[in-house]
Amino acid sequence: MAQASRRPAALEPWQDANARPFLRIQNITKTFGNTYAVDDVSCDVYQGEFFSLLGGSGCGKSTLLRILAGLETPNSGRILIDGVDVTNMPPYERPVNMMFQSYALFPHMTVEQNIAFGLKQDRMPKAQVAERVDAMLELVKMRELRARRPDQLSGGQRQRVALARSLAKQPKLLLLDEPLGALDKKLREHTQFELMTIQERVGTTFITVTHDQEEAMTMSTRVAVMDAGRIVQVNTPANLYEFPANRFVAEFIGSVNIIEGRVIEQLDGEVRIQADGFENSFVMDHLDPLPLGTSVAVAIRPEKLSVHDERPVERPNWVQGKVVDIAYLGDVSIYHLLTPLGRTVRVQITHEQRYERPHYRWEDEVFVSWDSEDGVLLLG
Amino acid sequence: MRQRPFALYTAMAFGYAFLYLPILSLIVYSFNESRLVTVWAGFSTRWYGELFRNESLLDAAMNSFVVATTAATFSVTLGTLAGLALSRLGRFRGRTMLSIMTSAPLVMPEVMLGLSSLLLFVSMQQLIGWPDGRGITTITIAHVTLCTSYVTIIVQSRLAQLDESLEEAAMDLGARPWKVFFLVTLPVIAPALIAGWLLAFTLSLDDLVIASFVSGPDSTTLPIEVYSKVRLGLTPEVNALATLIIVFVTAVITLVGWIVHRSKPSRT
Repeated sequence: MAQASRRPAALEPWQDANARPFLRIQNITKTFGNTYAVDDVSCDVYQGEFFSLLGGSGCGKSTLLRILAGLETPNSGRILIDGVDVTNMPPYERPVNMMFQSYALFPHMTVEQNIAFGLKQDRMPKAQVAERVDAMLELVKMRELRARRPDQLSGGQRQRVALARSLAKQPKLLLLDEPLGALDKKLREHTQFELMTIQERVGTTFITVTHDQEEAMTMSTRVAVMDAGRIVQVNTPANLYEFPANRFVAEFIGSVNIIEGRVIEQLDGEVRIQADGFENSFVMDHLDPLPLGTSVAVAIRPEKLSVHDERPVERPNWVQGKVVDIAYLGDVSIYHLLTPLGRTVRVQITHEQRYERPHYRWEDEVFVSWDSEDGVLLLG
Repeated sequence: MRQRPFALYTAMAFGYAFLYLPILSLIVYSFNESRLVTVWAGFSTRWYGELFRNESLLDAAMNSFVVATTAATFSVTLGTLAGLALSRLGRFRGRTMLSIMTSAPLVMPEVMLGLSSLLLFVSMQQLIGWPDGRGITTITIAHVTLCTSYVTIIVQSRLAQLDESLEEAAMDLGARPWKVFFLVTLPVIAPALIAGWLLAFTLSLDDLVIASFVSGPDSTTLPIEVYSKVRLGLTPEVNALATLIIVFVTAVITLVGWIVHRSKPSRT
């Protein structure tokens, strides 16, 4: 989540109104029968980005990726890569390569032959092919296994070969369909960082499809959250997490407490909200004035809440509750509180000390509080 | 190690005996001295010598091999195309029709297939003058009709198991559709094509019913020749010939199996 701060503003071309997008997706629609797999999607991706399409299964992310690869033809809309309209270009002519979810390594070829396949299609001179294959094997650290066949490799090794094969032609755009989906958890974490390193080294624009929000958050410069064939929000991982545009994004990324209510008072840059199922009212930041009675939802991340033994009188927002569930996860503990009116609030406490861990137990009556700026006010 | 139950071995022995005793006795009797097929009179290779002097039998065997080889090759070509159309072209007009029509000869009685082929050839000869009488050509065509169905089913089921993203990956890497087919699809389904060819070859070599309808005076195939000999009284020459064929077929299948196993250790 430190992603946004690590990259200086100059590396955020989407902030720059004059920057020219490298990939333009314009009003792409794709239907299968009567269902809209991709529904009027538009999006710009800039040179060198690691862009993720994130969403649940059936949200249209893979179809969109296949449209970019040329493996599906959209019903309407245009795709521009580096200013060139590729909408009707067959896959074998596009300056785009794809890493398939199943890796799709040719079973009758060795690792080397797999990597060289694309280069041979371009009639590259033999010596040059050999040189490029060597460089790719070096990049993914697979030199020793160059003569193996895919069925003699482990899942992680196959993933590397697939990556090397798709990068060998030095595409302008690399598409990755669930690149880490088939790996186990430990290997996946390791490979995430490796993939980022490789992307930074080759400088290719990466577009990846994933259903794993953690994976998308870790690797991406920006993430497009998709639902039911549409892009719901595009932003940096940190902004998606802290400033979700709507309830779907807030709930899809990380965990969140959603408190529904109505506006009962307009303050200066803040609004007072009467929440359903809570005794007291809450004050939240909101710049634009909202008419009284507007129904809103307050979204607060569990780690933004602080826990107190006594009622925190100096804090603007607080909730009383009884501890009903405790989950110890090592680095953090998660508590579920039950309010007197039957609502559940999720709180996360970080363990900063080895000895002084929170001492709350089941059935303890505690208070949680937050400031008016700690949560997001979502409309509708 | 766990003791295998006695019953299991007995069942296995019976199974093998049921399948291979007839063949074994045929091989044994091919080395029989006696002219009578069923009476043992001592070891001899006499009938192998007789066999190589029996021109009608050798001609028939030659015809059969030519027909089987040609028919198998043609039906693998046609069957592969049909299998590709059925599993790779998605939904198209007449797909169901094609699917049913290609598998119809599988369930149709051979007598009908033979008779209908004969009627077709006769009327074709009257209308366009081709084929000129019945012979090797007509037998081959009729066999292709039968064998294509089997090959189609084998190829289609192999293609159905094949990960379509292999072909997409090849295309994505810059291979045009026909190159995708020759560089990726064909090598991956090659074992199925070899299996299909062998099955077609065997079916054709074995066929008596269809061949007897569409064969001509100078084009006797081995099954027809053997069958007519049986009616006149069988000589051990046929045993000798059968033994040679068994040896040949076993050798070919072992070789093919070895090649397939060596080139493709996985089933992906």
